[in-house]
Amino acid sequence: MMINSVKVEEKLFQNRYVVDEGRPHISISEPLKASPALRTLVDICPAGCWSVQPDGQLSGTLDGCFECGTCRIVAKAVGQEIQWAYPRGGYGILYKFG
Amino acid sequence: MPERFDAIVVGAGPAGNAAALTLAEAGVSVLLLERGEYPGSKNVQGAIMYADQLQALIPDFRDDAPLERHIVEQRIWMLDDSAHVGTHYRSDGFNEELPNRYTIIRAQFDKWFAKKVQAAGALLICETTVTELLKDGDRVVGVRTDRAGGDIHADVVILADGVNALVAQRSGLRDELKPDNVALAVKEMHFLPEEVIQQRFNIGENEGVVIEAAGTITDGMLGTGFIYTNRESLSVGIGCLVSDFAASKTRPYDLLERFKQHPSIRPLLAGSEVKEYAAHLIPEGGYRAVPKVFGDGWLMAGDAGQFVNSLHREGSNMAMTTGRIAAETVIDLKREGKPMNGRNLSLYRKRLEDSYVMKDLRKYRDLPQVLHRNKQFVTTYPKLLAGAADTWFRVDGVDKRSKERQIVRSFLKGRSLRGLVGDALRLARAVR
Repeated sequence: MMINSVKVEEKLFQNRYVVDEGRPHISISEPLKASPALRTLVDICPAGCWSVQPDGQLSGTLDGCFECGTCRIVAKAVGQEIQWAYPRGGYGILYKFG
Repeated sequence: MPERFDAIVVGAGPAGNAAALTLAEAGVSVLLLERGEYPGSKNVQGAIMYADQLQALIPDFRDDAPLERHIVEQRIWMLDDSAHVGTHYRSDGFNEELPNRYTIIRAQFDKWFAKKVQAAGALLICETTVTELLKDGDRVVGVRTDRAGGDIHADVVILADGVNALVAQRSGLRDELKPDNVALAVKEMHFLPEEVIQQRFNIGENEGVVIEAAGTITDGMLGTGFIYTNRESLSVGIGCLVSDFAASKTRPYDLLERFKQHPSIRPLLAGSEVKEYAAHLIPEGGYRAVPKVFGDGWLMAGDAGQFVNSLHREGSNMAMTTGRIAAETVIDLKREGKPMNGRNLSLYRKRLEDSYVMKDLRKYRDLPQVLHRNKQFVTTYPKLLAGAADTWFRVDGVDKRSKERQIVRSFLKGRSLRGLVGDALRLARAVR
């Protein structure tokens, strides 16, 4: 039994980020049709960054990203590439406690 | 800034700090690069710090390190949906002059650690992401950073850039992580007044408690939850294998929420204020997942080398040790005037084999696969144990012999005799 989903945005609101405007550190160069395997990213990303667009493409909104690497690893395991880099120095998640 | 150093260390976590400190103290010119705003700003841990390996690096660390509480009590819980069966070990002996384990807050600890590194003479530069290794043929000769004109050369590069090890991956020195070799953990910081924590956990000032929890809280996935007492906060988290998250499409934050609402956990957190939500990967593949950790002009330490003993919760501990041994290897080669080629640097791997690091990882080399294939350890058994305890402790007019039979029957029904014996053997073999 799983409880109703909590709003991850409310959790992310506590965190400190310095967003590198206009320079996302994760991108998809070829539009990725969200296969069932990639669709799991919508659920398992701990920051809820991923969504599937009406046209079936995978889309990421990275402002809350933890730079954890889960999406890159899961995509790679099913033979798909997400262009994944760390943000430029000083940008991205900045943990107060960690 | 000079464009050349004896050594460059990538990442100012426990592995990188340990490496840079050891090098600087030996008079080696060392540059420590950190991509965060300050050391620790990208790092997440439970976190328990073991004194022994830190003491080997900084003997008087207790004087000024940001330590939260020393651990006097360890609780290990098996939870089903409404109960927990557990063991506690508490001892006044842990209130010793030089305690063995402390809770820490990594963002503060890593920052403190890096200050020690700077004081020893290393150059620390933050807000600088290493994008790739500079190579001359197959030999690593430095790093490229995201700063303008950001190429820096060195005789050796120590890669301590954490679990994702992107720098090594980009340079073809390491493969991508496998979803069943890595856990995703999410964690929250719950703030409460110091006195409330002490009353709630039955501890005095400076004393701390660790709770490790397994069972139905992970919803059939392989993983554990935890609560650690800091001075005026509780670290509350849960982690499971990425492959299990992917197969079950579980939302990590839902799992954390469910853990927090468990009747054995909820009262411990009541009234707390959450000030941060974090997520990080933990390498859990053990011995068989350790990649090549040395080559021409480079060494790899800490999570990047997958040096984590997941059973004993030793990640940062092994990070400090591998960082230190990597540095010692470099220092010795330098003294002997030997080049930093793969052949000479292979001494690092040999020294790791002789240390507790590879000895412990080798001892548990089969454990990740055994647990992965036998989910009953986190599904069936917690329920059976809680059910047995319930039957045994409830006084309801049923005679005790019947209760014993009922408990035995529940185990036989839950796992069969063959299953029970097999599980015992499998577990014994995996940890022998």
